[in-house]
Amino acid sequence: MSEVGARRTWFPKLPSLSRFTFVDVVLWGLRIGVVIVVVGGTVGTLIKGRYGAAQWFDFLVFGLTIGSVYALVALGYTMVYGVLRLINFAHGDIMMTGAFAGYFLASHFAQTGLLDHSPVLAMLGILTVAVATSTIIALLTERLAYRPFRQVRGLAPLICAIGVSFFLEQTFRGSFGSGIRAYPDPRWQKETIAIFGFGVPLVEVLVVIAALISMAILYLIVQRTRMGMAMRAVSEDADAAALMGIDVNKVVVFTFGLGGAMAGIAGVCYAFVFKQVYFFMGFTPGIKAFGAAVLGGIGSVPGAVLGGLFLGIVESIGPALFLDGIGIPAPYQLRDLIAFTLLIMVLIFRPYGIMGERMAKKRA
Amino acid sequence: MSHAPPRPAARSRLQERSALRRSLRIGLIFGAVAVYITVVGLLPSLDARWIVVGVVSLGDAALIAIGLGAGAAIAGRRWSPDFWPLALPSFFAGSVAGGLLALLALAMRVFDLRPIFITLSPALLKVLTFGLGAPVGAVVLILGGALLATLGGALTLAPTGIRTPVLVGLASIVVFGVFQELIQIMMQYGKFIGALRDAIFTWEGLSPQGAAAIFVLACGGALVWTRVLRGPVRDRFAGLTAVQQNRARAARIAVFVLLLVLFPVVAGSYIGQVMLLVGLYILMGMGLNLEVGLAGLLDLGFVAFFAVGAYATALLTADSPHALASYTALPSLSYWAAMPIAVIASVIVGVLFGIPVLGVRGDYLAVATMGLGEIVRVIVQSDMAAPLLGGAQGILQIPKPRIGGFELADPVDLFYLTLAASAVAAYFAWRLENSRLGRAWMAVRDDEDVAQALGINLVKVKLLAYGLGAAFAGLAGSIFAVMLTSIYPSSFQLLISINVLALIIVGGMGSLPGVMVGAVALVGLPELLREFGEFRFLFYGAALIIMMRIKPEGLWPSATRRRELRAAAGGGAPDDPEEAAAFAAEPLSAAQRPAQ
Repeated sequence: MSEVGARRTWFPKLPSLSRFTFVDVVLWGLRIGVVIVVVGGTVGTLIKGRYGAAQWFDFLVFGLTIGSVYALVALGYTMVYGVLRLINFAHGDIMMTGAFAGYFLASHFAQTGLLDHSPVLAMLGILTVAVATSTIIALLTERLAYRPFRQVRGLAPLICAIGVSFFLEQTFRGSFGSGIRAYPDPRWQKETIAIFGFGVPLVEVLVVIAALISMAILYLIVQRTRMGMAMRAVSEDADAAALMGIDVNKVVVFTFGLGGAMAGIAGVCYAFVFKQVYFFMGFTPGIKAFGAAVLGGIGSVPGAVLGGLFLGIVESIGPALFLDGIGIPAPYQLRDLIAFTLLIMVLIFRPYGIMGERMAKKRA
Repeated sequence: MSHAPPRPAARSRLQERSALRRSLRIGLIFGAVAVYITVVGLLPSLDARWIVVGVVSLGDAALIAIGLGAGAAIAGRRWSPDFWPLALPSFFAGSVAGGLLALLALAMRVFDLRPIFITLSPALLKVLTFGLGAPVGAVVLILGGALLATLGGALTLAPTGIRTPVLVGLASIVVFGVFQELIQIMMQYGKFIGALRDAIFTWEGLSPQGAAAIFVLACGGALVWTRVLRGPVRDRFAGLTAVQQNRARAARIAVFVLLLVLFPVVAGSYIGQVMLLVGLYILMGMGLNLEVGLAGLLDLGFVAFFAVGAYATALLTADSPHALASYTALPSLSYWAAMPIAVIASVIVGVLFGIPVLGVRGDYLAVATMGLGEIVRVIVQSDMAAPLLGGAQGILQIPKPRIGGFELADPVDLFYLTLAASAVAAYFAWRLENSRLGRAWMAVRDDEDVAQALGINLVKVKLLAYGLGAAFAGLAGSIFAVMLTSIYPSSFQLLISINVLALIIVGGMGSLPGVMVGAVALVGLPELLREFGEFRFLFYGAALIIMMRIKPEGLWPSATRRRELRAAAGGGAPDDPEEAAAFAAEPLSAAQRPAQ
């Protein structure tokens, strides 16, 4: 990986006006267009005043909820990218495997009534199974699909990762069916609790809390343990880390495991929010979480969390705030559009993210 | 053409590990594959097709192949040239592989796994245990696996003179059995051929005596070819002058093309439909090949161009309220006028698509283009664009193209249209490959910075790659629209981009013949094997991983690509024996394509 560090890229600098080509015109047009839509839409929506404070608060909380799920998934992307410079395209599907594993236990618990009697015990069990499954599958993919590409540059690792993503999806489709399965919906999750005088579904609060706890644990692991230190060293410079006596292989495996565990938690959270699992469910959140990781500065752990939360909130508030105002019918259909636009804008204009992690520049 | 001698380092490593552990490992791997295809539901669906009626189904054949493969994998290591020292390990590996499957059968018997794994039905248990009940069936599985693996090992070590004819014979049975419907349709002409057909086939498929006859014939043919004919033919060919050799190759290609043209006429409209689809994917594959294979721009939003071609054709020609003719002054165009416009529209979209992502590289580019493709789909599907594009209901009643009074209604007619389009497109792609632009693309692929330093205008070259790539996809989309006569946004999923990517990877990036091989393998075969349909995406995923691991240059690689990928994989030195062996093993590409 040394050559990655040594290579210099020539970024198209902001050209002086004399060399303002049509490409720049298009890019500036894109920037201005997005700003116009955002500002115009916001003003329009606020003037119309169709949404009350309670609705905005709902959007915000839902955004936080879904954003913390994105953040959990984004952590897996960002950590793997940090140590391997690989986009683990299948990470969203690893989240799906966790959701599926959780589903089978959850529906069993729902049948036996455990989910209603002792929710804490049941949820801990579900999370444990989901985390175990996701971690094992993440480790397996690393061992079988990614390890042979450790030293390969170019498109091969990414193409292999796309293959893994498909393979996981289709394996689950074949084994567990292509239909959408409804997640159990215990009564206690539907209760609302009051925050600032607004009612918020308990499940959303729990998801945010679970995500925050997991992220805190992850942060402690990365910052305070020897393994975490080794991870940071490898993502700084793998060769130098190896020279310092760090077992890079072990670090990579550990990173995949950690990412898988986070994805497992994210999978259960996502499934309990949307109340369904199906084989393709990991794909879109996976892509969005990748966007969140880039947004936060890929390779940066706090960046991934911030990026995830930001993306979640924008995606949740965006349709009402930006699109409703400019008179687009059924703006909620375009929720993904907002997320993808954000993703592309980040990739185009700020590939090193809001946290400005310098190493991302070398690849992008 | 001989096998590379085992390298000393490899041999000593082999000796370190005990034979037992190695065979255990191989057995476990092959057993895991068998269990996997069972659990995922592939085996039950393959089981629905007979190869030899009443004797062997395709599912049985898959299991047999796994058993033989386990033995072949052991013998293939060649840590002994003789069979007998390998017999026991093969036997052991086979019994382990069979044992895993037996364990699955026992587990199915004891637990009810159906609520979780939907495919593990009692019917499947019956198939797995040959209807003998779980305990006896398990024993049969273990023993059968062991025997098959031993046989596989023996076959691998058998002299070529025996191995080749046997394999050819078995492969012929499989081909005739699996494609029996197709072959039966083709054999309906003439009294003699009809009688021949009745001798080999029943209405259900290949009969046992037919299978035996085919095996004997194919075996004999292969024997005669390897023993008698191959040497003289080779010598004769080698004795020709270079010009004559080229002429002979051209003649071979001409015969192939002629057969291709005549094939759907003989085989009927179902095969015409399949070949039409393959043709469309070849068109798209050639387009994406310009982007990924030559210019190195991994574009996962490729389906957007396909969609533009289809929608443009629909808007210009359809007889529906969404067509432009119904609410503007534009006349409703014929297909022939609409097709070029559709292609041009795709080119424009391709360039527009390319501009924002000009500065994005490598992995980020893949994600960015995928995002763009998804944006296009989300917009087309939304209510926002519904008044213009029909939303999720799509656009209906697209007329078929007409020549004079003749309507190209049959898939076979449209296949000829696709064939003509593909021929033109292939000519362009072929000329582009070695043009100044093509070489500039390859330079950009290899190193963007160096290419720019050499004076290549990155903006121009990249936008041309997107634009021209999009033109191919637009053409394919245009034919796709008239093929279906109605289009929906759900036809333009990301899956298509992945599909096209998979086929150029399997065929070989940057290689035109590779695109065709890939399209036939990944689109044609699953289309013919109807049972396989649901599993084609599983197959694509596996193909991407496996190809990247064992044959990153593809089945029919371009000469340049092969060298690069080998070098990138770390085995870089040109005097690497493995590479030399790989070159020698495939005379086709090595001989036909001059090194660049």
